[in-house]
Amino acid sequence: MRILTITKRIFVEMFRDKRTLALMCIAPLFILSLMYFLFQSNTNTVADMGSYNISSSLIKTIDNKHLKIHQISSDTPAKKVIRDKDYAGFIKKSDGKLVVTYQNADQNKTAIIKKSVQMALINVQIKQLVSATQKSKVGLLKMQAQLQQIKKQLPATISNRISAPSTPKNLQNPTSLKLTQHYLYGKSNSSFFTTMLPVFLGFMVFFFVFLISGISLLNERNSRTLDRLLATPVKRSEIIYGYLTGYGAVAIIQTAVIVLFCIYVLGISILGSIWVVLLICFALAMVALSMGLFVSTFAASEFQMVQFIPIVVIPQIFFSGLIPVANMAGWLQVIAHIMPLYYGASALTDVIQKQATFASILPQFSAILAFLVVFIVLNMIGMRKYRKV
Amino acid sequence: MDAAVTVTHVNKSFNKKRILHDVNLTASAHEILGLIGPSGAGKTTIIKNIMGMEQPDNGEVTIFGNPMPNRQVLQRIGFMAQDDALYESLTGRENLKFFAQLFGVKKDRLNARIDYTAGVVNLNQDLGKRVSNYSGGMKRRLSLAISLIQDPDLLVLDEPTVGIDPELRRQIWDELRKYARDGKSIIITTHVMEDAAECDELLMIREGHIITHGSPHSLEQEYHVDNLEQVFLKAGKSNENSNNH
Ligand SMILES: Nc1ncnc2c1ncn2[C@@H]1O[C@H](COP(=O)(O)OP(=O)(O)O)[C@@H](O)[C@H]1O
Ligand SMILES: [Mg+2]
Repeated sequence: MRILTITKRIFVEMFRDKRTLALMCIAPLFILSLMYFLFQSNTNTVADMGSYNISSSLIKTIDNKHLKIHQISSDTPAKKVIRDKDYAGFIKKSDGKLVVTYQNADQNKTAIIKKSVQMALINVQIKQLVSATQKSKVGLLKMQAQLQQIKKQLPATISNRISAPSTPKNLQNPTSLKLTQHYLYGKSNSSFFTTMLPVFLGFMVFFFVFLISGISLLNERNSRTLDRLLATPVKRSEIIYGYLTGYGAVAIIQTAVIVLFCIYVLGISILGSIWVVLLICFALAMVALSMGLFVSTFAASEFQMVQFIPIVVIPQIFFSGLIPVANMAGWLQVIAHIMPLYYGASALTDVIQKQATFASILPQFSAILAFLVVFIVLNMIGMRKYRKV
Repeated sequence: MDAAVTVTHVNKSFNKKRILHDVNLTASAHEILGLIGPSGAGKTTIIKNIMGMEQPDNGEVTIFGNPMPNRQVLQRIGFMAQDDALYESLTGRENLKFFAQLFGVKKDRLNARIDYTAGVVNLNQDLGKRVSNYSGGMKRRLSLAISLIQDPDLLVLDEPTVGIDPELRRQIWDELRKYARDGKSIIITTHVMEDAAECDELLMIREGHIITHGSPHSLEQEYHVDNLEQVFLKAGKSNENSNNH
């Protein structure tokens, strides 16, 4: 009952504070949209590449819409061509070898050239393979004919034991061999943004809820209303739970706004259940909430609360999947596992991109709940500072 | 008479500086107890120790027989802090309702209690306004109304009359007198001598020492003066002398 009273008060205060409400719900949309356009433009990058002594058929195979190939007529050193013309790369055939030089000023362009050349080489190899198998088929057929010839000349008993070598199925129609590519998750046009969306989503929810809830409890303390509150028979735990439910409700609204925006405005497809996505975001918001409340105990002003962001919030981004945790040094991996956002982002990635069910993200979800329990307990202990009973 | 509040041998220091020196007091039912002293004397510190918001370094505080701090006892205490701790973005009515609900005031009594307490401090007309639009005096009055909301047995009021005009001040004293007659116990602090004259029992406080105590009338007789201000000055002097010896 008292919990609900506090919850309701927080809700009313929140809705009267239009600025903070806008910060919670509109700022994340603004940042996500900005990221969407920034990372989307990557896919339109075109890399310029010089070429010398490359057969036109190979150039045709390398060529694609992200690559513009400029043929150079004279044999100039690669460095000079790249410097003079500001090409992202230069390809040249000498002594039967392909030599590629990268400018490497823009890694996206380097990656485009690398990929294009590799793809072209694979295509060439496949073609060679195809023609080789065609040749061997002709050879096989000849052998078969010869065998038949020999068989006829042998006595019947032996001839039965010699069966003609069968023609492998896939050699029947060698020209049908083609390269098609499949993407396990997402589509061929997935941008960096789509892959990173779950991480951003988790981070936005975490960051804003952490900041707002921490500052609100701080204000309650600094305006002395916390003391006033503690002069009533309210239990310390009721204050904590009141805050958790009040800001939890705000967090639900915030999460729903962000997720719906991603789906309907940015056109991001969520492969798994949207309810599971909301549930994870909510659990993450509750952890952020309890962390914010706890950390606010150690801050004397709003500015000091902001000072906690580089310590408590920013490092979590690095461990949330932007950089694959599995490739990190051992001790960094240990740190990753004490970061709530690591579990949140990993669960969100699984659901949004790999269609994971709730059951399969249960380990990450339990980890998030464990953080929640730990911080609630810490908050209860922290509240003892203000009233002993 | 039953003691509503007892404070026995309470000492309190902040940063190694002694703020309260061996404070003893008893507040009884049917009685208004006034703590009077200049700013910085330690009145608020005594109040906070009574409420259990600060722990005494030694000594004991009991309220209705329960050692403080005690959460359940807070249900029976109406508290008004020196600084107005109000929710500025809420209206006066919402503030009253919030505290009423924390004290578990029943739904059917809720509106009656809000209207009654707001009436005591003449705030009925302004209950719909947000507290951020209140003047200092209006905030003070709302704080006082909140302290009455659950019909407490003990009132602990830290400087309740600051910023309140004389006419309303009279009305508030009449109301407090009525509660005392009804058997409630009231502790108030003030640095204004006019307020002191309204109390049944006075404790004069100076630099954390209780320099004298008694009813306003008996104090004037004891020190052979005709106003409380002079009692304070005389008592302060004799206390200084006794401390030096
Ligand atoms: N939390 C605190 N920390 C340090 N000093 C304090 C604290 N609270 C009060 N004091 C000091 O105790 C003295 C008495 O303060 P207070 O009880 O507020 O006086 P009053 O209410 O009579 O004006 C003052 O000198 C004040 O500075
Ligand atoms: Mg004071």
